[in-house]
Amino acid sequence: MKRAPIILLIFLLICGIAQFAATQTAEWQQIKVLPLPAFHPQEPKRIELPNGMVVFLQEDHELPLIDGIARIRGGARSEPANKVGLAAIHSEVWRTGGTKAQTGDQLDDYLEIRAAKVESGSSADSTTLAWSSLKSDFYDVFKVFTELLREPEFREEKIDLAQKEAFDAISRRNDEIGDIAVRESTKLAYGAQNPYARIPEYATVAAVTRQDLIEWHHTYVHPNNIILGVSGDFDSAQMEAKLRQAFATWPKGAAFKQPEIEFHPAKPGYYLIPKEDVNQSSVRMVALGTTRRNPDYYAIEVFNEAFGGGFSSRLFRNLRTAQGLAYSVGGGIGTAFDHPGILRLSIGTKSQSTVQSIQAMYQQVDDLAKQPITQAEIQHAKDSILNSFVFNFDTPEKVLRERMAYEFYGYPPDFLEKYRAGIEKVQTADVARIAPKYLHKDQLAVLVVGNTSEFDKPLTSLGPVNKVDITIPPPPGAEGKPTAQQ
Amino acid sequence: MKCRALRTLTFFVALSAIAFAQDLASFEKRITVKKLANGLTVVICERPEAPVFSFFTHIDAGSVQDPLGETGMAHMFEHMAFKGTDKIGTTNYAAEKAALQKVEQTYAAYIMERDKPVDRDEQKLKELEKAWQDAVAEAQKYVKPNEFPRILESNGAEGINAFTSEDETAYHYSLPENRLELWAYLESERFIHPVMREFYKERNVVIEERRMRTDSNPIGRLLEQFVTAAFQAHPYHRPTIGWMSDLNSFSATDAQKFFDTYYIPSNMVVAIAGDVKAAEAMPIIEKYFGRIPSHEKPDERTTIEPPQNSERRVVLREATQPLYLEGYHRPDYRSKDDAVYDAIADLMSNGRTSRLYRALVRDKKIAADSAGFTGLPGNKYPHLFAFYAFPMPGHKPEEVAEAIHAEIERLKTQDISDDELKMIKTRAKANLIRGLANNEGLAFQLALYQARFDDWRELFRSVDRIDKVTKADIRRVATQIFVPANRTVGIIETAPPAAQGQNGGEQ
Repeated sequence: MKRAPIILLIFLLICGIAQFAATQTAEWQQIKVLPLPAFHPQEPKRIELPNGMVVFLQEDHELPLIDGIARIRGGARSEPANKVGLAAIHSEVWRTGGTKAQTGDQLDDYLEIRAAKVESGSSADSTTLAWSSLKSDFYDVFKVFTELLREPEFREEKIDLAQKEAFDAISRRNDEIGDIAVRESTKLAYGAQNPYARIPEYATVAAVTRQDLIEWHHTYVHPNNIILGVSGDFDSAQMEAKLRQAFATWPKGAAFKQPEIEFHPAKPGYYLIPKEDVNQSSVRMVALGTTRRNPDYYAIEVFNEAFGGGFSSRLFRNLRTAQGLAYSVGGGIGTAFDHPGILRLSIGTKSQSTVQSIQAMYQQVDDLAKQPITQAEIQHAKDSILNSFVFNFDTPEKVLRERMAYEFYGYPPDFLEKYRAGIEKVQTADVARIAPKYLHKDQLAVLVVGNTSEFDKPLTSLGPVNKVDITIPPPPGAEGKPTAQQ
Repeated sequence: MKCRALRTLTFFVALSAIAFAQDLASFEKRITVKKLANGLTVVICERPEAPVFSFFTHIDAGSVQDPLGETGMAHMFEHMAFKGTDKIGTTNYAAEKAALQKVEQTYAAYIMERDKPVDRDEQKLKELEKAWQDAVAEAQKYVKPNEFPRILESNGAEGINAFTSEDETAYHYSLPENRLELWAYLESERFIHPVMREFYKERNVVIEERRMRTDSNPIGRLLEQFVTAAFQAHPYHRPTIGWMSDLNSFSATDAQKFFDTYYIPSNMVVAIAGDVKAAEAMPIIEKYFGRIPSHEKPDERTTIEPPQNSERRVVLREATQPLYLEGYHRPDYRSKDDAVYDAIADLMSNGRTSRLYRALVRDKKIAADSAGFTGLPGNKYPHLFAFYAFPMPGHKPEEVAEAIHAEIERLKTQDISDDELKMIKTRAKANLIRGLANNEGLAFQLALYQARFDDWRELFRSVDRIDKVTKADIRRVATQIFVPANRTVGIIETAPPAAQGQNGGEQ
């Protein structure tokens, strides 16, 4: 009795509800809520190997499984601009290309018959190699994992396949307004050539060679560049001995060099991408956000929850519940660990209320000055964050993931506890400072993707409009062929 | 991108292994089931890993139960279940109730005039619309917007959500364990005293949801047309989100009626999993959920889809990249061959060893992704087993169709290998257990199986049934079901820019 894949469910089957004080005591308030018993989640054990690899061991004996993930410094933001897509192709072929001893196809057979997985991935700042195995198959699967780490083969036929798949993704990238809106608003916030915003093109993917993959691997996959997290049904002392032995002969590599990336404020104004086959507009208002090292981070978190977070936030309450303008609405000042996030306000509304919705969103921003976030709104936001705080560490795997992230970005190991304390301390005055400091209507880049012929008013009624061309540049040597029309 | 997302998804669902030790017996000790006097079933699974719990409230009514002319109603009510009760979300319920009655009267008058086939009086229509809107504004004065979800949020609820499918409606979230009684009160109260406040604004929200998921999305458009073509008699014919004209027509009175008919205790299973002790939790749950009044089960007759006797095709010419989809009618989830279909889906689709990946993606390089799956658009009634492929640039839907058909022929004419059969069976166990390793997944599965089979143990027995599937079963089912006359085809063809205006369906 299996269910349809999620992608189809999203479109057809499942219609969810959300994406994203009384004077007298009400009945529900009479129900006693006792304090939550003290809960101290188990912390993983941290070990640093002589070659610099950092290992976290998190025992979890609920199921006879052993899973692990290596996170390796160096990701898409470190690619050369003429080879955007390199990190993604590297991580795909890392696994499909197999090891010196076995082809990727042989690995597939070997692992699937054990219902085990070894898979790779990549993001802006790192690549990952992960395994999942039955406890009884751990040694078999871990062997594949270590061979892939140290002796990947990057076979040509799989590079060809990975490039073809990347071409396919490029060809499909203008099919949905939601995808277009996210991608193009990110470019507006960071600048189109910023490493966090740029996207692969036919030419940059085609430029990637096997030698590039080998060099990439050689440059980044070193023990002193790796944080390895292992969780599951094992004994930490035995696992430590196993890992020490497995990686003892692996020498240190060159120290990782953080890429230097410049961030400039977004260019304010109106940006338009016409799309004729839709009846809903996707609107994104963006500016540069900030990092989690910012002392304002906790006040920003509370502000975001009150302004654009859940059901009770102003944006949801006013634009969705009260005005019925949108199903999907929200936003806030984005933060990231080691670079500025994106301040983003989003709304999806029928073509006929496009301009009205932009104005309604502006109204919400203006109201922050006229009717600052109240004490009650702040209390609710803090309650929401603090009372659900336990869900940050209700499984050993979540605790492990958090610790690995702090290690990766150089945050203190008790950052989560600091976060809780930081949220508790936030006062009304702290939140009041946030909007004037970070959210300025006239500094927003406003992107609209939609069916212009159905708009309530032309976008030019709001100001000068820049048309954004999202035509996909054709593959080298294929100019003029209509393979990539929008 | 879609294709990648899909493959990643298949991978993570399966990113797992097996816990043979953790079998039915160990769950028997941790699970308590009770059918309350009013007919509502409660399933509690003790999992004291952390001081939290998750629940699923499963309502055995989905869009299949939408009344004629009211497609989208099951889903609309799901939205209304977040609007509060007679005690939550109002400043003065007595006054609000009267104001809401006025809203319904004025709306009925407005609709009657609006929908007159002849002699519609435009002036009168304007007046009636204004009267309705004035009544809405009057009722709004008593509303405390979003108070129900607000209470949940401030108590630390995580993942507040719900979904409606063809087959059922479900509500779910997680809470810290010290909120169990508060949860029992809130969750039962919204199914005892729901109030249809802000109905017509929420209807606009739902209409935006339709625009987002279906109208403005090429795959959404194809799926709606495809399923509509595949089912002609059974209510699966109708989209869960609802047709636009129905959404613009049904009333709060209609929604209340839907609730009164289908939200009855015998249609409800509440499953919770987490840090709860059944001995303590059951009396609390019984105290609150036992209050839901029971009445007769509604008439559940549905039209049976007659056998399909010739292929049907839906072709959309769109300004997007191509997609190929085909579906074959199969029996419902209680079929003795249900596990055989699951085995075929796994064989054809699961991971890089799957037949469709190897043939269409790895070897022929004509598709970026291809898979087969069962359960379209639901599985409670006879439904479709479907195959799809996203053709690579330069390759046409016909080409991937041919390759899919070649793989289907192999299923019919050759036994699958011993290794393939072993993989299917091993993965079935692995996937089951991984799904049980978190409170949310556990609560969902237990509620679903208890509702569908009246016994959560079927969840575990389903793996046993896959274990009994033979090579001959796979050949037999494939030969019987995957035949052209039983097939519906859905295609998105990339239209040249000049033809983009006429992106209608062709059947």
